[in-house]
Amino acid sequence: MKKFAYFPGCSLEKLAQSYNNSSVETTRLLGVELQELEDWNCCGATTYFHVDQLLAYTLVARNLAMAEKEGLDLVAPCSACYKNAYFTNKYIKEDPDLAEHINYALEEDDLQFNGTINVHHVIEIFVNEIGVEKIKSKITNPLEGLRVAPYYGCQIVRPKHNGTDAENPHFFEELVSAMGADTVDYPERLRCCGASLIMTSRHAALNMVRTLLQSAVDCETNVIATACPLCQVNLECYQPQVNEEFGTNFNMPVLYFTQLLGLAMGLPPKKVGIGSELVSAAPIFDKYLKRTVR
Amino acid sequence: MAAKPTFGQEISNLLYASHGNPLTNCIHCGTCSGTCPVVDFMDQTPRRLIGMINADLKEDVLACNTYWFCASCYHCTVRCPAQIDIADVMYAVKRYSIWHKTYSEDLVGPTFSETFVKTIIRSGRSYEPVLAPTYMFSMGIKEVLQEAHMATQMMLKGRMPVLPTKIKRLENFKKMVRRIIPMGGAK
Ligand code: SF4
Ligand code: SF4
Ligand code: SF4
Ligand code: SF4
Repeated sequence: MKKFAYFPGCSLEKLAQSYNNSSVETTRLLGVELQELEDWNCCGATTYFHVDQLLAYTLVARNLAMAEKEGLDLVAPCSACYKNAYFTNKYIKEDPDLAEHINYALEEDDLQFNGTINVHHVIEIFVNEIGVEKIKSKITNPLEGLRVAPYYGCQIVRPKHNGTDAENPHFFEELVSAMGADTVDYPERLRCCGASLIMTSRHAALNMVRTLLQSAVDCETNVIATACPLCQVNLECYQPQVNEEFGTNFNMPVLYFTQLLGLAMGLPPKKVGIGSELVSAAPIFDKYLKRTVR
Repeated sequence: MAAKPTFGQEISNLLYASHGNPLTNCIHCGTCSGTCPVVDFMDQTPRRLIGMINADLKEDVLACNTYWFCASCYHCTVRCPAQIDIADVMYAVKRYSIWHKTYSEDLVGPTFSETFVKTIIRSGRSYEPVLAPTYMFSMGIKEVLQEAHMATQMMLKGRMPVLPTKIKRLENFKKMVRRIIPMGGAK
């Protein structure tokens, strides 16, 4: 079984437990082990970068160094964590001076980072490591007729990194079709959900969420699939506030792609964290989840 | 003696991996402003902000809300024909304004960032309820009730942490932080 060092990030401990459970369960069924990094620390989302860049890189580097010590590549399910880890890894590899500063700080925790590992988003594990063909072969409950809008958000594809197409990616669509669902051609799939503006510039963020939801409704979406805890919370949990603010009537389920995949592979809903939604996904299950459960 | 650096140079110096002053390559095409999903809420568009930095209008730049309203979505960055990392420029201005305490008083962003960082420096992990007060004060009573209602719903669904978590090697972690920011984590 291929193994990765798994860095869940703070949001996945509680807020996005369903993402955590479903990622671990689905990868396991597909022959990949996500081994949680011991004693990982918060990578700081984007917030440290507002305050001090070197500190931000150092915090990320501690996690990278612990993964390297295990001899494993790092996998992050949170898009913000992923972006931070990916670029910190890249910059340390390219810049010996930065590496030296960081390694000086890491000494305090008996760690050192030599830049010998790679960083992946959990969705890349499905797409690149496991592969769509293998996933297809494990689908027992194809989500036939379910209209799924793949929402990339920002940081899985931006800023540009090796091997991804920032303007016209299609790996998320391929994954959705592998589940047997109908892929919605979602025009706003790459538009930002507002990220932490929801806390700091509320009106702007609620507006951004409204745009995404309206577009999903216009495309007759049954469920939005996300790959980031912050996107999920913004799109799902703030729907009542969007409705109140703009007099709209949104009631759009927003699930992690790993939850949908788990269901399509026959995992019981509970195992993939179904039941903790604020916008119920029950109507879609009644309609599209017909067959046997593992 | 070298001449006093322009604001554009000061900001460029805060950009990681930049050589010289990339901002001067701006061709004013407006692609960034046209791409930005938050532009309607900004005092100045991203294109204008870059222009103002280049024109050395430091005070006006720091006084506007544009850089705090940037969601760091990098959409402008990947499209800029002059290869300017605009999102990173916004970060640089944020850092500049935090260090110089020059942001305008009614913004929530700076306090939120500082509180978030302090929480993590103390525990190694983030903890949502500690952060709530930093942005709650800016809200009206309706929004506070909405937030509280949502928090309760999340709690009922087991999605809210009840106690903050700490990492195990916290002492080492704090020492590590202190090697970067001498006073950081002192409390
Ligand atoms: S960035 Fe967010 S999700 Fe990632 S570790 Fe930090 S607080 Fe947690
Ligand atoms: S889509 Fe929003 S929440 Fe998700 S990574 Fe981008 S900014 Fe963050
Ligand atoms: S996209 Fe780039 S070149 Fe065009 S206005 Fe914006 S910063 Fe200037
Ligand atoms: S990175 Fe900031 S300025 Fe650029 S498009 Fe996104 S929100 Fe607008």
